[in-house]
Amino acid sequence: MAKGKVTFNVDRCKGCELCAAACPKKIIKMNKTKINAKGYHPPFIEEIEECIACGMCATICPDSVITVEKL
Amino acid sequence: MAKVLMKGNEAIGEAAMRAGLDAFFGYPITPQSELPEYLSREMPARGKVFVQAESEVAAINMIYGAAGAGARVMTSSSSPGIALKQEGITYIAGSELPCVICSVGRSGPGLGGIQPGQADYYQATKGGGNGDYHLLVYAPANIQEMCDMIMEAFDKADYYRNPVMILADGMIGQMMEPVEFKELKKEREVPAWATTGTEGKRAPNIINSLYLNPEDLEEHNIHLTKKYDEMKEKEEQWEEYNLENAEVICIAYGTTSRIVKNAIETLKDEGINVGLIRPKTLWPFPEKAFKEYPKTAKAILVVEMSTGQMITDVRAFNEGRLPVYFYGRSGGMIPTPEAVVAELRKIIEGGK
Amino acid sequence: MAIVYERSKGLTNAETHYCPGCTHGIAHKLVAESLVELGVLDKAVGVAPVGCSVLAYNYFNCDMQEAAHGRAPAVATGIKRVRPDNIVFSYQGDGDLASIGTAEIVHAAHRSENITVIFINNAIYGMTGGQMAPTTLLGQKTTTSQNGRQLEGQGAPIRIAELLSQVPGAKSVERVSLHNTQNIRKAKQAILKAFKNQIDGKGFSIVECLSTCPTNWGKSPVDAMKWLEENMIPYYPLGVFRTPEEEI
Repeated sequence: MAKGKVTFNVDRCKGCELCAAACPKKIIKMNKTKINAKGYHPPFIEEIEECIACGMCATICPDSVITVEKL
Repeated sequence: MAKVLMKGNEAIGEAAMRAGLDAFFGYPITPQSELPEYLSREMPARGKVFVQAESEVAAINMIYGAAGAGARVMTSSSSPGIALKQEGITYIAGSELPCVICSVGRSGPGLGGIQPGQADYYQATKGGGNGDYHLLVYAPANIQEMCDMIMEAFDKADYYRNPVMILADGMIGQMMEPVEFKELKKEREVPAWATTGTEGKRAPNIINSLYLNPEDLEEHNIHLTKKYDEMKEKEEQWEEYNLENAEVICIAYGTTSRIVKNAIETLKDEGINVGLIRPKTLWPFPEKAFKEYPKTAKAILVVEMSTGQMITDVRAFNEGRLPVYFYGRSGGMIPTPEAVVAELRKIIEGGK
Repeated sequence: MAIVYERSKGLTNAETHYCPGCTHGIAHKLVAESLVELGVLDKAVGVAPVGCSVLAYNYFNCDMQEAAHGRAPAVATGIKRVRPDNIVFSYQGDGDLASIGTAEIVHAAHRSENITVIFINNAIYGMTGGQMAPTTLLGQKTTTSQNGRQLEGQGAPIRIAELLSQVPGAKSVERVSLHNTQNIRKAKQAILKAFKNQIDGKGFSIVECLSTCPTNWGKSPVDAMKWLEENMIPYYPLGVFRTPEEEI
């Protein structure tokens, strides 16, 4: 059971990948199949049930793209 | 109100405080240091702000901040110090902030001297900073007039949201004359555009002169130009002295104009009629005074403590109608009435 | 459903112009969050001088003043002196504070102006395209130190936190880093403390934030964070250099 709900404001993302590097569970990947409004690959999470709602991804994101909620 | 005998520099400070000065930011420089000295004592004593900044550059930027925060502010300096302030002044004009800047002119260029000088005409009226902007520039000839101009300058600065300069010189700053201070007409309100904190009631106010988009900056320039056009229309001030049937018209401002008046009186005793147009505002230059000369006028003599700066504007507005001559002293040397009389004789006797 | 992290109300809705992975964005969040948490956003007035972060006047959700390059501490002095109840901060880059504006920062500290200075040290000029800054490291290549910065003729990088900690009026001086979440959280505490000092009227506070410039360092955002950790922190040690309690 996932502990956290993570939402990406996809079109504000600049594809810097800092969130992916910061995630302790390594579950954030850049979606190579999608391009956002700025022309970057936005992040996404496949195994959301691994998420521990630590918020590290949101903390490091320079553009406040990520919102994390504890379920 | 009783008259008080006061040194020019101190009178500037007192007049500004009577005009509701909230904050002064300055730096020592001869020949205006008595002003920050006076204000360093009087401003705190009246619950107002005084800061001696680390440089003229810092002082003008403190002015920018305090003006942007809605305060009535003034700074002062002398020629080379005013040169240091130029970037700050163009920022203040570009961000449309009100402030009063006193320049007590000394001789130049470079470190120059500490004697009086008027070689800052270009610096004051042609803008020493970058971009299309102007200061409203007053040129007082005596201490009473300077104090009256300061009171007016603060209101004009608020009205136009633009820096206003009082261009005096070392002589006015250093000499003592009786002066009477007028009371503040009305209490000044903090402008709505000032950075006073949103208090959650409004969108943020932003004080700024950066416009990366050229269309926006051109629009801003057009807006600023309208203000300067309004100044040209409404703010030209000058004095006419003994102009009717004058053979020669002198053009002089500040203390030099008083020396020219002596020369005029000397020649009047000999039945020779010479007149004076004394610009009280250097920007906008009193163009209207040049509309119509007295029929008797044969020539113009510009007198300035410089090697000739205001003369370019005189020539422009004279439009070739009369020959224009120049007499000036520089380096801090003061022209004497006798020398002016001699120059006038040469012109009148056609020796020129 | 408790919120672990969400966009701060201290930021406007504007999208920033900063490059992908630039830590300016992180520093902006920390300042914005601190102003909101301390309940002073509505009284805040920020000063954004020339540099990449000049456009911060569009990003902070409070009154802002744009300032000439290097003059933010003087502008902030002017604001604070006439509006002592407002919370005034200046947000400056290293070209701004450590180069053209050294006199202004030293004297604002010397007078102990009751302002909070957020100093972003990314060892390079960003806005103008990657020139050497006073904080550029020895050997670091930039567009004006193309063979790497040389001690001879270009001098050693300036350590601002240490320098200002010698100024009696600098009541609170701390250096933090933004290169990972653990340090970002510490940086947040330092920025909160610096603003609290101002609220408590303790005088001049500065937080030097070691930061990255992926574009002009020619590194990916993630590699830039690593480069910061391995190269900047040894030369710019993190820590508290002055607290209001210590008098010198």
